[in-house]
Amino acid sequence: MTDNTMIKIQNISKWYGDFCVLKDCTTSVDRGEVVVVCGPSGSGKSTLIKTVNGLEPVQAGQIFVGDVEVSDPNSDLTTLRSKIGMVFQHFELYPHMNVRENLCLAQEKVLHRSRDEAVARSEALLERVGLMGHIDKMPGQLSGGQQQRVAIARGLAMDPIAMLFDEPTSALDPEMINEVLDVMVELAEEGMTMMVVTHEMGFARKVANRIIFMDEGEIIEDRPTLEFFTNPESDRAKDFLSKILNH
Amino acid sequence: MGDFDFQVIEASLPFLWQGLQVSLMLTGLAMVGGIIFGTLLALMRLSKFRSLSLVAATYVNLLRSIPLILVIFWFYFLVPLAIGRPIGSFYSALIAFVIFEAAYYSEIMRAGIQSVSKGQVSAGQASGLNYWQIQWHIVLPQAFRNMIPILITQGIVLFQDTSLVFVVSLRDFMTASSIVAKTEGRLVEMYLFAACVYFVFCFAGSYFVRRLKNRISV
Amino acid sequence: MNYNWNWTVLVQEPYLEWLISGLGWTVAVALCAWIIAFSLGSLIGVLRTLPNKALRAFGTCYVELFRNVPLLVQMFIWYFAVPELMPDDIGRWMKRDMPNPEFTTAVIALGLYTASRVAEQVRAGIEAIPVGLVSAAVSSGMNVRKVYQFILLPISFRTIIPPLTSEFLTIFKNSSLALTIGLLELTAQSQQIAEYTFQGFEAYTAATVIYVVIALIATLLMHQVEKGLRIDGHENRES
Repeated sequence: MTDNTMIKIQNISKWYGDFCVLKDCTTSVDRGEVVVVCGPSGSGKSTLIKTVNGLEPVQAGQIFVGDVEVSDPNSDLTTLRSKIGMVFQHFELYPHMNVRENLCLAQEKVLHRSRDEAVARSEALLERVGLMGHIDKMPGQLSGGQQQRVAIARGLAMDPIAMLFDEPTSALDPEMINEVLDVMVELAEEGMTMMVVTHEMGFARKVANRIIFMDEGEIIEDRPTLEFFTNPESDRAKDFLSKILNH
Repeated sequence: MGDFDFQVIEASLPFLWQGLQVSLMLTGLAMVGGIIFGTLLALMRLSKFRSLSLVAATYVNLLRSIPLILVIFWFYFLVPLAIGRPIGSFYSALIAFVIFEAAYYSEIMRAGIQSVSKGQVSAGQASGLNYWQIQWHIVLPQAFRNMIPILITQGIVLFQDTSLVFVVSLRDFMTASSIVAKTEGRLVEMYLFAACVYFVFCFAGSYFVRRLKNRISV
Repeated sequence: MNYNWNWTVLVQEPYLEWLISGLGWTVAVALCAWIIAFSLGSLIGVLRTLPNKALRAFGTCYVELFRNVPLLVQMFIWYFAVPELMPDDIGRWMKRDMPNPEFTTAVIALGLYTASRVAEQVRAGIEAIPVGLVSAAVSSGMNVRKVYQFILLPISFRTIIPPLTSEFLTIFKNSSLALTIGLLELTAQSQQIAEYTFQGFEAYTAATVIYVVIALIATLLMHQVEKGLRIDGHENRES
């Protein structure tokens, strides 16, 4: 494993009862890389990304983030998770806390930052995603796009070494997708290590270094972006691309 | 029917007020204790440790199968025995009520906890919060808020249930009314008055809950 | 803790006889009260959903009145106050010649109280039926009575069996209140035994076990009823 490898997934498999959701998957993400995971629904892409920070355990294989083995049941996952940010399809902002509190909670309780430090960091990040004026609002008062940008800021507030995105724009109305993607593009251009599950191929073409294509729990293709789009190897990938790019 | 003696009611008001205070205090304390203990039971029931889950489930199902009067008798008998000396019936009754109501509150809180979306837990986990932090900061506040109308309704039920301390002669509002009824020989007046007082409290309480529900659902 | 254990008191005479007699009264009160509660409660529940405003108001008043006064107070009113309020000769009969006044009063008080709770379950069950179904029935020419008879009642009664089971169980538990007017049902008998033998633990455990068994039997019974009435393919439909 090179010094540059941030996330390493080795031969992992996962079952829900008898149903195999991940079949012998192997891949890695280097520092500063942006990797997009795509595929038809039910392909296991969301499950794959959730194994990286241990939200979903695996029954076989190994996962390393930095030098922490996520798949080891004895690992201290809370410390690891404080270093990886995650953004969810349904935003998952805490509805009973305002924007400021949403951003400060983990900073204070996990990183043990002082109140002042946490608030300062939160304000800087909200400024960056353009939502500083909403800092006192409750999530319910924000639009979907605004909530997701706050969620990204919440992930960044922990100063993570990598960010995971699980279909960040799938629950948004079309006119709000771009405001979120713009934030993500900026993040990528600044050199953040990112693993993104998405259908947004425009975004992938713009900033992704590599595309991972999954189907039925297997990684079918794992190639540099341009090669994937211009010359997909597998029939399934070709089929998927033709369906998704014809809109 | 003859004469309805309002005088006896008027004259006994201070005495009845003492009793009402006992009823209200018992209700308030039992509600707090019941909700705290009930929330703990709900967490145990939902935990991934089989043994905790089983213990909580057995407790809840057992206490929901037996009458409150029996639970009152149980603790009226057990508490002095366990402590080694006689203890006022208020404390025995309070313990009985907390133990009993906790079983009902635990079912309410369990529904409340399950009503909080799993995504919220994932979000908490993803930022490195541990189980207790997630419960305390994220899940329980939301669970509690979702269940406030039902929790208050159960409190109204509790208030009615406190009348049962009559069986151990604890001087709550009901027992006080009964004492006046017997000593003054005015059964009709006192019991009808007691019914009116309870009615006013409970009706007002449920009206308040209805208003609250409408405000929340907007 | 200073306590002498003696479980044999439970099988000695007269204590065993007391327990059995107590159980008998508990079951008798509960079942008789349930008959009143179920029939009257269903009626009132239906009343609360009818188009007629006056009938609805009557149903609402009934439920609010019986729900907001503790059962104990209601029982006392029936036992102590009602005979006083009746015209003289009826009052005298109630106080002196009525057979089993404790039992009768307990049944009436418990029955009417539980009826208000059953009424709420029935109302909820009827209101949960999708409006579309009622529209379909009405547009095919059915009048109110037919809509209730063929659509609303058959569907709602199946769906409310679980909460009704809960009420059925509650009536057994609430029968214990009859001890306050002198009926020696199960809880009263266990207290008697405790007082006579000083074996409180054994006595109360006996009562506890019996109530738990009653709860299990009642749940099983209702489960069978639910299975027998199940509509295939309709079970898990959310209304």
